[in-house]
Amino acid sequence: MELLINLSYIAASIMFIYGLKMLSRAETARRGNLLSALAMLLAVVATLLSGGLSFQWIIVGLIVGSIVGAFAARVVKMTAMPEMVALFNGSGGIASLLVGWAEYQAEPSGDVFRTVAILLAVFIGGVAFSGSIVAFGKLSGRIQGRPILFRGQHLINAALVAITAALAVLVVLNPAGTYLIFILIALLSLLLGVLLVIPIGGADMPIVISLLNSYSGIAASAAGFIILNNVLIVAGSLVGASGLILTNIMCKAMNRSLTNVLFGGFGATTSTTTTAVQGEVKAITAEDAYFILEAANSVIFVPGYGMAVAQAQHTVRELAELLEANGCEVKYAIHPVAGRMPGHMNVLLAEANVPYEQLVEPDDVNPIMPTIDVAVVIGANDVVNPAAREDESSPLYGMPIINVDEAKTVFVLKRSMAAGFSGVENPLFFKNNTRMLFGDAKQSISTLVAEFKEAIAA
Amino acid sequence: MILLLFIFVLAIFLGLELITKVPSQLHTPLMSGSNAISGITIVGALIAAGTGGTFGTVLGTLAVIFATINVVGGYLVTDRMLAMFKGKRKD
Repeated sequence: MELLINLSYIAASIMFIYGLKMLSRAETARRGNLLSALAMLLAVVATLLSGGLSFQWIIVGLIVGSIVGAFAARVVKMTAMPEMVALFNGSGGIASLLVGWAEYQAEPSGDVFRTVAILLAVFIGGVAFSGSIVAFGKLSGRIQGRPILFRGQHLINAALVAITAALAVLVVLNPAGTYLIFILIALLSLLLGVLLVIPIGGADMPIVISLLNSYSGIAASAAGFIILNNVLIVAGSLVGASGLILTNIMCKAMNRSLTNVLFGGFGATTSTTTTAVQGEVKAITAEDAYFILEAANSVIFVPGYGMAVAQAQHTVRELAELLEANGCEVKYAIHPVAGRMPGHMNVLLAEANVPYEQLVEPDDVNPIMPTIDVAVVIGANDVVNPAAREDESSPLYGMPIINVDEAKTVFVLKRSMAAGFSGVENPLFFKNNTRMLFGDAKQSISTLVAEFKEAIAA
Repeated sequence: MILLLFIFVLAIFLGLELITKVPSQLHTPLMSGSNAISGITIVGALIAAGTGGTFGTVLGTLAVIFATINVVGGYLVTDRMLAMFKGKRKD
């Protein structure tokens, strides 16, 4: 029987590996997710059959967790996906912390290896949990999105890590007699998670979410070292690795190093360095914008977080269809870090049934930008800021952007002249070929849609 | 124990090699899907909830609840997103 259980764990590990591989390719992604879910089921069943477990509370936990998880997954709006993922990630983190705690509670006087694994599961799980909760707060607007910075922040963080490490040594030396210190470490990990995420600004959220995802994987791995179980170690480290890869992709898309994101406090400190922007802002009414769009042969939409906030994705798709019916070629240029989580815009546009073929990446669209009649920027800012290309003193300098300023005409849909999340001025708004369409993005586009429909009806 | 560390290191490298080039459209599903996998800690939670003393069982049961939320919610939400991607490709 024990052999069979262990073989099941190996099978589950292989299924996780294949599942994750399939998940990273468009054609196989959905089956990959299913395969990995089956792997999880197999691992759970194998554990339940391994013997010596009393089921009473296990069943309660499984039922409560399933109901909450399934309900949350079903009712969440696509626009609220970033905060939902953050919450799920947080629950994975706290679960690892609790597993570590329960194992310590059950057998405090284990060997060094076991104690270290327990401490790691508790510490990393704790950071992933409270970090995810803060990320959730920022993403859902419950906590202010701008970086919260205070003097000596890095010193305090470093001191906390040092204190935690010292306390951990005490626990390792005398695991049985240090229960209070153990609890203190758990509390410190929660505090550190909060302190690590509060200085990070809204636009850097995609990076932080990927990183926290990676942490919760590593925490699960640490839990695997406690109970000496390979499937936890393999699955946890796969998640750790994939989280790191996503983090890296996001960092590259912003031309920033991970250290810079984690310790930079981007946006709060940079407002003084901006060079004066020349030119004047030219506003345009929706009616005038309609005439330009009506005559256009090619239009590119560049969505950003503002589209998510305005929930404008369905209206945008409607406008795009009207444009196409008018003989215009329509594409959507998606910047990898547009929005608040990796792939945020893709999810929103998919929800609005935008055809997959119309979504293009910056590298594909930048070379043909000068041939585009109208680029419509919907609630995006930093990802279309030409300062990233031209102004060496700009904090955005070097970040790959979508070169909408090279299009023949640029419409920028925006509520006001406020700077983006980075707090950096955008010279795009002052360019000769730029027209600002002020107001709520959804409202503005609805007006355009109405103009088109009127014209058709007439 | 060295063997476990060996497995850990190999699995990290495997993971890094496995997912090299991800189309940006799959970033969110990959994130939420792998997030669900991190709920594998449920195995540890089940053992804790099924074997501990009173307080250990409380901790374990809470761990089972949270890990199950992570697993069930994570997989379902990922599937919901991927279903959307699939639906639009037909037209």
